[in-house]
Amino acid sequence: MAEIHLKSLAHSYSKSPSGPEDYAIRQLDHVWHKGGAYALLGPSGCGKSTMLNIISGLVQPSEGEVLFDGIRVNALSPRDRNIAQVFQFPVIYDSMTVYQNLAFPLKNNKVPAARIKERVQEIAEVLEIEDKLHKKAKNLTADEKQKVSMGRGLVREDVSAILFDEPLTVIDPQLKWKLRRKLKQIHEQFDITMVYVTHDQLEASTFADKIAVMYDGQIVQFGTPTELFEQPNHTFVGYFIGSPGMNLIDVERCEAGVRFGSAEVVLEPWQIEYLNRLSSTNVKIGIRPEFIEIGLEPKVNSYEVEVLDMEDLGTYKIIDLGLGDETLKARVDEDFDARIGSRVHLTMPPQWTMLYVDEFLIQEQS
Amino acid sequence: MSLTLENLSRIVDGVDYIRNASLTFEAGSFNVLLGRTLAGKTSLMRLMAGLDKPTEGRLIYNGEDVTGQSVQRRNISMIYQQFINYPNLSVYENIASPLRLAKMPSSEIDRRVKETAAMLRIEPLLKRFPLELSGGQQQRTAMARALVKDATLVLFDEPLVNLDYKLREELRAELRDLFRERQCIAVYATTEANEALALGGTTTLLHQGQVVQSGPVMDVYRKPVNTLAAQLFSEPPMNLIRGRVSDTELSFDEDTRHALTQELADLQPGEYWFGIRPSHIALKPANDDDLEVPVQVALSEISGSETFMHVESRHFEMVTQLMGVHQYHTGAPISVYLPINKLFVFDTHEQLVHTPSQVSGRGV
Repeated sequence: MAEIHLKSLAHSYSKSPSGPEDYAIRQLDHVWHKGGAYALLGPSGCGKSTMLNIISGLVQPSEGEVLFDGIRVNALSPRDRNIAQVFQFPVIYDSMTVYQNLAFPLKNNKVPAARIKERVQEIAEVLEIEDKLHKKAKNLTADEKQKVSMGRGLVREDVSAILFDEPLTVIDPQLKWKLRRKLKQIHEQFDITMVYVTHDQLEASTFADKIAVMYDGQIVQFGTPTELFEQPNHTFVGYFIGSPGMNLIDVERCEAGVRFGSAEVVLEPWQIEYLNRLSSTNVKIGIRPEFIEIGLEPKVNSYEVEVLDMEDLGTYKIIDLGLGDETLKARVDEDFDARIGSRVHLTMPPQWTMLYVDEFLIQEQS
Repeated sequence: MSLTLENLSRIVDGVDYIRNASLTFEAGSFNVLLGRTLAGKTSLMRLMAGLDKPTEGRLIYNGEDVTGQSVQRRNISMIYQQFINYPNLSVYENIASPLRLAKMPSSEIDRRVKETAAMLRIEPLLKRFPLELSGGQQQRTAMARALVKDATLVLFDEPLVNLDYKLREELRAELRDLFRERQCIAVYATTEANEALALGGTTTLLHQGQVVQSGPVMDVYRKPVNTLAAQLFSEPPMNLIRGRVSDTELSFDEDTRHALTQELADLQPGEYWFGIRPSHIALKPANDDDLEVPVQVALSEISGSETFMHVESRHFEMVTQLMGVHQYHTGAPISVYLPINKLFVFDTHEQLVHTPSQVSGRGV
């Protein structure tokens, strides 16, 4: 197990990068602590696979250092780094039994036979595949195969970290729940550094204690799932986390705070002060659909809005509300009912109304 | 205009790919096939397209028997999980290819390609080649090619599965809007209950090659005919607890007993399966007659806005979907509350015998 430190790391696939746009990963410093359960979350093309390949040793970074427990490993192969990887598609030997598949990495490392037997049994029990040990791998279902893949990573006791690259993509939704739960138990039991790459926020947030959100070659926020949800540090995090994502509205300054169309949004004094110090005109407010309040009667600082559309998603509804030229999405519970075209009153609670300048969150200085 | 499947089966070497499927698809309808991997979604689509021949049954299109008619003779588009484009053709030519094949005049081709590309927001990419595009753009290109020719039947086989979930969210919304104005039959296969709900239209539940239930999406969701349908159309899956009803009492086990209320008065004494959706379980009672169930916490999964808490008792386990962050230690004893008016009840043959009473709408 190791602490993985990415120091002044940057990577460009181009031999002579001329600007930030030539970088798959822009310069960053990042530490994955020993024994942590982490996720690396972002859309395709954000640089997360490059980052994973740099950690594992498949790609050598063009700038900066990769340190495992303080030791530079830039030049070491994945094997010498003792990194285990679990990929989207199970990597196992179809013609071997489950037992042989699990024993294989240990045999390669010349582990004594008695210990191999013990260890394979132990891992098989954790993964609940002990009754499959003597089955040929090719006769397993997709989720069983992926469990064996994971088992091959877990079986080595000297492993520095396990990297997961979209491991549940080929698994049915019903089984994803079980496998995710299994992974979490494994993490608690083995206390191993795990980095889980995914574009699925639910997978990331239910697996990881902390998530690094990548966007455009940068880590725009590193935080707990709750922090990413409640205090998105960047508009991209607001948009990407949550379904639907955060409502983001371009605003102009006004006396009380900011406004869009004829709607004024009252801001806190420190927010106004902050805005006054900046010259940027790229100012947005953001509020999550979950935090918008809807009532039938006007309230202090409420806005009258028109119900434009309502989408029934079974356990909840998403309602589109028109306010001037803007459409805001709000999440309401499944019992809520409103006529399309009717008017309701919308409130944006100040503690959930975020202010963004040049796409980054303005936070109160403590 | 409609497509009817009459007792359609495809059984090869003793393997049931599809068994006795009878369904009707109307023009202008959006139809979702929901089922797990290998449930028969692709098999059913291949039969509908004429790519495979049924071993029994008939395929009727507009009153005409088209069973066994090859796909070339019918106006069908199919979109697959993998983004299939011609790598040596530009995006423009990829989209134009079915029209060129149909020998359409080039001015008409140009008009249609541009119109379809605009619809799918890939107009700026028309001169590029597929390998220069992101996954989402490649799939949009494949979709544009399928949509450009005004097919009467458009089949989507899990088209978004290889895309980011944010992109999926966007494309899903676009698809729904696209088909609102079209008069073709759209069929869309997915493994995800939430995708079926978001797409709307008609939902057909498939399992092991058989149709479990079919109907307007909310009807199927609100009235699952059996426990299988309930499980298939609920994510996380609906909790099912074995319990019994006596003349006076409802009980799950010795720790969970409740006086029988009006809501369940129509149930005869006996054994049942009680179903409750994860989102309907609460940590506090909302009504006096909510069922209090003592459990232990097995695991809390926190998604930022919600918590999926797995709980268990000696005889059953449940998943709850709670708004907000709820952190408990594994093994913590707590009580969860099941609103009695949200309970589904199935008999011992797993058939639905009681639907939750219609919740009264709040709001305008």
